[in-house]
Amino acid sequence: MAEIELLPHNVPSQAELPELVEELTTLNLGPTHPATHGIFQNILKMDGEKIVSGEQTIGYIHRAFEKIAERRPFYQITTLTDRMNYCSSPINNFGWHMTVEKLLQIEVPKRAQYIRVIMMELARISDHLICNSILGVDTGAFSGFLYVMQKREDIYEIYEEVCGARLTTNMGRIGGMERDLSTTAIRKIRDFIKTFPPVLQEFEKLMSRNRIFMDRTINVGGISLERALSYGFTGPNLRAAGLDYDVRVMNPYSSYEDFDFSIPIGQSGDTFDRYNVRIEEMWQSLKIVEQALNNLPEGPYYADAPEYYLPPKKEVYNNMEALIYHFKIVMGEIDAPAGEVYHAVEGGNGELGFYLISDGGRAPYRLHFRRPSFIYYQAYPEMCKGSTLSDAILTMSSLNVIAGELDA
Amino acid sequence: MLSNQEVAEELLGKYGDQVFDFEEPYGLLTLSTTRENIIPVLEFLRDHKSYQVNFLTDLTGVQYPENKGKEFMVVYHMHSFIHNFRIRIKVSIPEADIHIPTATGLFASANWMERETYDFYGILFDGHPNLIRILNIEEMDYFPMRKEYPLEDATREDKIDALFGR
Amino acid sequence: MKEVTIAEAPQGHSGAGFFATSFDEAIGLARSYSLWPLPFATSCCGIEFMATMGAHYDISRFGSERPSFSPRQADLLMVMGTIAKKMAPVVKQVYLQMAEPRWVLAVGACASSGGIFDTYSVLQGIDRIIPVDCYVPGCPPRPEQIIDGLMHIQYLAQNEKLRRRNTDEYQHLLASYNIQ
Repeated sequence: MAEIELLPHNVPSQAELPELVEELTTLNLGPTHPATHGIFQNILKMDGEKIVSGEQTIGYIHRAFEKIAERRPFYQITTLTDRMNYCSSPINNFGWHMTVEKLLQIEVPKRAQYIRVIMMELARISDHLICNSILGVDTGAFSGFLYVMQKREDIYEIYEEVCGARLTTNMGRIGGMERDLSTTAIRKIRDFIKTFPPVLQEFEKLMSRNRIFMDRTINVGGISLERALSYGFTGPNLRAAGLDYDVRVMNPYSSYEDFDFSIPIGQSGDTFDRYNVRIEEMWQSLKIVEQALNNLPEGPYYADAPEYYLPPKKEVYNNMEALIYHFKIVMGEIDAPAGEVYHAVEGGNGELGFYLISDGGRAPYRLHFRRPSFIYYQAYPEMCKGSTLSDAILTMSSLNVIAGELDA
Repeated sequence: MLSNQEVAEELLGKYGDQVFDFEEPYGLLTLSTTRENIIPVLEFLRDHKSYQVNFLTDLTGVQYPENKGKEFMVVYHMHSFIHNFRIRIKVSIPEADIHIPTATGLFASANWMERETYDFYGILFDGHPNLIRILNIEEMDYFPMRKEYPLEDATREDKIDALFGR
Repeated sequence: MKEVTIAEAPQGHSGAGFFATSFDEAIGLARSYSLWPLPFATSCCGIEFMATMGAHYDISRFGSERPSFSPRQADLLMVMGTIAKKMAPVVKQVYLQMAEPRWVLAVGACASSGGIFDTYSVLQGIDRIIPVDCYVPGCPPRPEQIIDGLMHIQYLAQNEKLRRRNTDEYQHLLASYNIQ
């Protein structure tokens, strides 16, 4: 038998092995990704399923609001604010009207202020409903969305009753409201106050203590208060991080000081906290609507500002002075006083500011919108760094970035 | 409650004639400073022990083409949550030398606001980590918010005056 | 149980145990009731589309049960909202990725003509880059209007000749948009 020569077993040493290269994947999230709710792009560098870094591109629906505003008379700018945060357009519109009223120093009657509050709080509810229900959809719970969308339709019906439009609700005027609340509108709001709580409770039952939902959202996409302040967070996202800053309380406008409501805050600033803050804010908004409706003062619903508030049609046909004002307002031939105003309201996403410079002309010399989601969205790469892709989607939808507001 | 007077005196004491044009339109303390001093002023307000004006609410640009030598202006709005105190700081810069130091070192939120201001007006923020256009397309070769450029889209052909009876 | 309404049968010849019709008719019928829309929602009109999709208006009743977020499986591109010039190449790309037969519905004033945003940054109507089959006016249109637009597309799908997409006329149309 021939001897078998045993070859030495050749084990390569560590140094001889080819070096393992960690390869990062580039993932293009957006601009038309179905999970981004609006169009913005995130180019993510992924290590497996973990996000290493993100680069954002925005501006896909930049519509040049600020440039248009320089060419339009004051009352026509509501068409822009309507389309800015289109989930809660009444807040934007009244915010703009209040800015102009501040410039002109018009005192708005109490009744108009209360009606505004009712509308703004309904808008806040519809805004938060969309955000929270879409957050549910992103975790895989579609039914909650269908339940609350039904109630959002009720809010839209109230808008329709008040102004005729569903989404772009130009219901205010400089100096007050376009018309008084009709009895039908009041009945519909009362119905809403009655029928909304069971639906919201049901939604909460579905989501808030749902094991899957909690596991998906707790400790996901958190941000510390310090970073949140540095990034200019406002609104529910800042409150979720633990600071009770609310423009409605700190700088009350439109009689918010008359109402009793509390500001919910979170602790860790994660997705779950943001969700909870929004849910609680809806309850508080409902409380404010109820108080405002019960204590709705009698009296006029517009201020005595003939140069800015359109006279009633009957007057226009019968009264020379009213006809002149009507013509001048419609043709935009009223010169506003020169001045510089910053006015902020609590929008659906945070402090919505209007910085208006008037040079005494018929249109603003410069109008800058402080859009809350434009300012806080830049924190997104930092918030989703190190998390998985599926969590990053939740973080984005809980931030409630509205593309129209983001890009202006 | 912090009064405008108090802050104004403190700033005057510290920066002397480098802060000027004090105003109070609608109760909001407004002042101007130079671009050399803007970052120290912001930092001073942010780190001040008792004022704590540590929130940059807004940053934007304005153009005054008639105002020779001061064609552009950058406006900062700051807010102190502790005292509920707001302040507006303006810096004028000439078109020929359209530079201003960045505030990104102080506030993370300044990043995009400065990019937007650059995009609209072409104001260059020195030291900004990524000063590129944000809202408009990269290829755009002008700064659309400047007063000399038109608002309308140039490619529209149906906007003929005759159709509107003009 | 409520009576279920089913789509009317197309024209044809029927006898004992058979029904004969042309391919055009049968396929048109099938297509029109299973249009998979690609919701290309950019702004305000997208919010109205959410209402259209929700339980109240329920676009599923018209055979659009499944919004197809992938252009490859979509039949109908619903462009809802403002399309900025930055977005225009993306819209075109999405359109090119769709397979024939494809239809395009421009929802809202912005998608149709640029709407109130006659500005340097907004595309003045998506028909500048892709052919559009149906325009829905409104700023934003009501959900009923969006559904009406969808029904018009259904009508087009139902009555289209199978070879229409091979005609010279159609090729010229695509060529005018620089689409091969």
